[in-house]
Amino acid sequence: MKICTMQELLNAKVICNEELLGKHVYSACGSDMMSDVLAYVKDQAVLLTGLVNPQVIRTAEMMDMVCIVFVRSKEPTEQMIQLAKDSGIVLMATDKRMYEACGILYANGLVGNKVKK
Amino acid sequence: MNNNVVFNFNVDGEDFTSAGQASVNVKKNLRQLGISPEIIRRVSIAMYEGEINMVIHAGGGEATVTVEENCIDIVLKDTGPGIKNIEQAMQEGFSTAPDNIRSLGFGAGMGLPNMKRYTDEMKITSEVGVGTTVFMRINL
Repeated sequence: MKICTMQELLNAKVICNEELLGKHVYSACGSDMMSDVLAYVKDQAVLLTGLVNPQVIRTAEMMDMVCIVFVRSKEPTEQMIQLAKDSGIVLMATDKRMYEACGILYANGLVGNKVKK
Repeated sequence: MNNNVVFNFNVDGEDFTSAGQASVNVKKNLRQLGISPEIIRRVSIAMYEGEINMVIHAGGGEATVTVEENCIDIVLKDTGPGIKNIEQAMQEGFSTAPDNIRSLGFGAGMGLPNMKRYTDEMKITSEVGVGTTVFMRINL
């Protein structure tokens, strides 16, 4: 799925790195617990979260993720936006809640990932 | 001849929001050395979790990453309070992190298990009141 398709499905507002909306994503992970995100590794590509602090961007960067979707209309700080710009990570915000946002993406073919043992 | 490449970092323990900077730098450096993305990701995650731990529990510390011919070694050293029971600390879900850290997305007792998960070797030496040293190795 292209990031721009995700944006349409979630009716999301793009916050930065709009030029990367044509990139493909193959799986996703929804969590507010960054250590959980770090445990569920392998080509996840997209993080959905309601957490807003710079470690969200760093976590995504460590995981080579290309997009973060903030649910419940959460807005990242300027510091976070700058970090995301430097790392080439698309940030967007949707007014949908986590459960609904994940459900929409899953139902449209964006699956999750197995836990690395 | 010794062709090892060594990176040293001071991990600032004052500011949680800037934690992870050393891991970001390691990631960039390893990329320049042409290390495979999968290995870089494993090193980055293990080091990042370790860095977060040093900031949460020990007020910062020192990180050394050595790239050898057949492996990458990470040594994280702090002079924090030490770990009373290492076996207990290694259990998934066990944490002594304060609530404010949990609200930032960490402190779920996943840090050390994640570090073990992504490395081929891991050894913790710790003395209460003196500090902790974590050694991790990822084979190439």
